[in-house]
Amino acid sequence: MKYVIIGNSAAAVGCVEGIRSIDKGGEIIIISKESQHTYSRPLISYYLEGKTDLEKIKYRPDSFYIDNKVEVMTGREADTIDIKKKIVRLSDAEQIGYDKLLIATGSSPFVPAIKGLEDVRNKFTFMSLNDALQLEKSINESSRVLIIGAGLIGLKCAEGVFKRVNSVTVVDMADRILPNVLDNESAKMVQCWLEKKGMQFRLNDSVAQFNENSALLDSGETVEFDIAVIAIGVRPNTKLFSDFNSSAKYGILTDEMQRTEVDDIYAAGDCTVSFDISTGKIRTLALLPNAYMQGECAGINMAGGNKPYRNAIPMNSTKLFGLPIITAGSYEGEAFIDCGEGFYKKLVSKDNLLKGFILIGNVERAGIYTSLIREQVPLDSIDYGLIKEKPQLMAFSKTERIKKLGGI
Amino acid sequence: MVKALKDIRINPRIKIEKINNISFAVACRHCKDPLCVKSCISGALSINEGVISINEDKCVSCYTCVMICPYGAVMPTEEGVVQKCELCTKNLSGKPACVMGCPNNAIVFEERG
Repeated sequence: MKYVIIGNSAAAVGCVEGIRSIDKGGEIIIISKESQHTYSRPLISYYLEGKTDLEKIKYRPDSFYIDNKVEVMTGREADTIDIKKKIVRLSDAEQIGYDKLLIATGSSPFVPAIKGLEDVRNKFTFMSLNDALQLEKSINESSRVLIIGAGLIGLKCAEGVFKRVNSVTVVDMADRILPNVLDNESAKMVQCWLEKKGMQFRLNDSVAQFNENSALLDSGETVEFDIAVIAIGVRPNTKLFSDFNSSAKYGILTDEMQRTEVDDIYAAGDCTVSFDISTGKIRTLALLPNAYMQGECAGINMAGGNKPYRNAIPMNSTKLFGLPIITAGSYEGEAFIDCGEGFYKKLVSKDNLLKGFILIGNVERAGIYTSLIREQVPLDSIDYGLIKEKPQLMAFSKTERIKKLGGI
Repeated sequence: MVKALKDIRINPRIKIEKINNISFAVACRHCKDPLCVKSCISGALSINEGVISINEDKCVSCYTCVMICPYGAVMPTEEGVVQKCELCTKNLSGKPACVMGCPNNAIVFEERG
């Protein structure tokens, strides 16, 4: 069996580990556009912050490819896939045949057309290690950094550069920071925390026009800057697949075995769309754990195993200047809120299920909440009162506790 | 002992849950299909010969493992990184100390499930 994986990040690593859990001998080839050993993409902000380095950022040990008998082709780009001949053509014209193919091409930063953006010399996106290394070269202690986008990528970038630059200003057209994961109240709390640290925000506003070193906002304000970072969002890299299939409008569609509509082609990670069980909707979930678990399932299934990936939900955990934030699921439903100095908790339930939560400050044992959403545990089968108080296994029935903790 | 630990906050790797006359200890289950290892964004968590252990040097304390562990068995610490039960493989006791020390023999160390 010959497995070919396009991509070299979390989904690809998951796929290798999935394949090798079943097939120890089959040939595995990784085609990687980037030249580095597999590294953790979300760690690039930690790199700038000095919390990891070019060794520790590696997602798997140096021996990973050898240990797993993987031939890795770095710095090479897949150009087209011939689904009839089952061949991947690289941009340098080399052809690689496959029996089973995984598309794990990830996502790319979305850069909107903003007037004057082409005149900005020091502009960056923040997605790859190369992005971080280039940004690092350009900043110094007098740099004024303007970040477009107050989502997780924008704010982690802001945190990453903060101590190494003069100032950081974040602009977002939304009325709050982290608009995809926080509600108004928690967003205010986190914003207040970040402002105390010295970060500046311009919300409900966007850049109408760039000049080389300044941005004119819709509100009329002009913000001077030396470095601009565009962190508005990401778009799935679907082109390889879209060339021969029209289903990948917002991301490559797969079944729960991670199979695409095309025989022997699987897809995993940021380039796909997932079925979010917290909303019942198909959407992109560009998250590392999701990518790994999809990749692993794909690998197992490519090698002849049988492992569906069923319980995808949006979930994020991060710290911003030491303040822990964990969120998961959707926030449509009945809310229970508990908050105080330095902490915020929101649990959202609907149809007898926990659908989502926001935890800020105290995040201990949050995984118990996450599992209630992912496992779709009926709330009337547990003591929801105890769950509201704090995440605890005491809320489960004795039988369920024995099953969980006694392994019987 | 008590004097020596003055002003030192201990972050236990085992969580005791207690309400009225019901109490039990929760520590890492060392899952065969570990969500924490699969979700770890830095590659700091790994499974070696059945024991899920953490490389503190690689951990960036993002708490993704805290977010995903269904038992609530991966704990944040004061120092920033996370900690969890590693079956006392990194200390001198050799055997899980909680098992040896439990006066009621309520915690056992054996392969199940």
